[in-house]
Amino acid sequence: MKVLVPVKRVIDYNVKVRVKPDQTGVDLANVKMSMNPFCEIAVEEAVRLREKGVATEVVAVSIGPAQAQETLRTALAMGADRAILVQTDQDLEPLAVAKALKAVVGEERPDLVVMGKQAIDGDNNATGQMLAALLDWPQATFASAIEVSGGKAKVTREVDGGLQTVDLDLPAVVTADLRLNEPRYASLPNIMKAKKKPLDVKELASLGVDVSPHLKVLKVTEPPKRGGGVKVENAADLVMKLKNEAGVL
Amino acid sequence: MAVLVIADHDNATLKEDTAKTVTAALKLSNEVDVLVAGQGCKAVADAAARIVGVRKVLLAESAELGQGLAEAMEALVAPLMANYDAVLTPATSQGKNFSPRVAAKLDVAQVSDVVEIVDASTFVRPIYAGNALETVQSSDAKKVLTVRPTAFKAAADGGSAPVETIAAPSAPAKTHFVDQKLVKSARPELTAAKIVVSGGRAMGSADEFQRVIEPLADKLGAAVGASRAAVDAGYAPNDYQVGQTGKVVAPDLYVAIGISGAIQHLAGMKDSKTIVAINKDPDAPIFQVADYGLVADYKTAVPELMDELSKVGK
Repeated sequence: MKVLVPVKRVIDYNVKVRVKPDQTGVDLANVKMSMNPFCEIAVEEAVRLREKGVATEVVAVSIGPAQAQETLRTALAMGADRAILVQTDQDLEPLAVAKALKAVVGEERPDLVVMGKQAIDGDNNATGQMLAALLDWPQATFASAIEVSGGKAKVTREVDGGLQTVDLDLPAVVTADLRLNEPRYASLPNIMKAKKKPLDVKELASLGVDVSPHLKVLKVTEPPKRGGGVKVENAADLVMKLKNEAGVL
Repeated sequence: MAVLVIADHDNATLKEDTAKTVTAALKLSNEVDVLVAGQGCKAVADAAARIVGVRKVLLAESAELGQGLAEAMEALVAPLMANYDAVLTPATSQGKNFSPRVAAKLDVAQVSDVVEIVDASTFVRPIYAGNALETVQSSDAKKVLTVRPTAFKAAADGGSAPVETIAAPSAPAKTHFVDQKLVKSARPELTAAKIVVSGGRAMGSADEFQRVIEPLADKLGAAVGASRAAVDAGYAPNDYQVGQTGKVVAPDLYVAIGISGAIQHLAGMKDSKTIVAINKDPDAPIFQVADYGLVADYKTAVPELMDELSKVGK
């Protein structure tokens, strides 16, 4: 069974985001970039499926700039077998990414696509669902457990108020939530090994998909700042203020 | 223009998120219909019909819709869009699950997590975990939006729109519902509660979380929340998580106990009307957003708070 794992290069989780003064976006110059945390979880899950003998090959794919090769090397160091970069400098919307991924799925014919539920830059939470719709494949979003056997994937999903379990006929798209697993750190020997693993680069244009934007970003602004309040002396002071000042009790 | 709002419900009761999403829809048009898709959910449709401003309610029922399967929702909603110029869905886990499928089927962008409607094609949404707000203009003829309910006031109750039953499309056969385990709670629902009491990693264990947070929540008639750190450590169930990757809440009163205030968490609660933080670290970032900060160990502060609340009749 082949597993395809789309990954995205994003601003590192720990970097404080700054909005540019000209309101054209956030400042990404000279900031640390890393693999999107939800994508790391997806790579880890795919690698575990191969380690369990369920999957035979794990292919990582990224749609992005040349620097996304670093992100793909991270996926290879975590245990992916090979990688594909669909190179573009254009900032793509989720629908365009889903269309490009559909084209990659057409070439690679995976049995399962495992990907992060959202990227921490755009926070759209849409690409996986869109890919499933374009392929007419079943989907399970927000996965916290995946079991694959007999041409099916049994997926536990985090839903409002609890957990839902669904059985998907493969091929299918599964999106990873935080509690699916704890991604491993790539060891130095594996990082060295990853440098020798195959990484194909192709131009986005070669896929022949329509990636024209549907949305125009008019401006990016800072959210209204919430001023800090006061420190209270003790619980009695707190209750008094909540009752008399804030009026919330 | 005609706008369709997808109701959020559990087949038994209509969630307030629906009335909030109707408010967002009414900023686009006066022709707002609500779709109630589920099973055995006539009472939900009747409740939706009472939301002021709703033109009519569409009711579609099948087993797969009742299970909330994304494929079934897509098969129902995408063809309905022949009659509508926009579809608005509350950005709950259910809404996020199927709405992008509808957008992809219509070959349009989805605008996720809308917090402000500027005009019929211009919307504001948070990006980078709420650290920036993006204003986007859509060139699509049909708009697919998910709406962050906490950003809109609920439309009033008291209307009387007609309910029209429509056919549910045949079931997709590739996804099969196995089961659903929902946490039964007498407490208000996290995203709808007027007061939320949340605990963080400082609790140290699931037992301590229950011993400290839950009685205080019950005393205040509050819902219980948790930081991601507390959920990841197993102190609280996943659906308690407040934050960018969990639930976004905006209650009248938010009480954060032993929560340091990571950006991730703040993104999920900073729109609360009044924020109280109890933390023994005076430099915890949570104090930067708290209206009332108490620098104290929760172990002594929470019992004292319980006593003081009793004194004022809570």
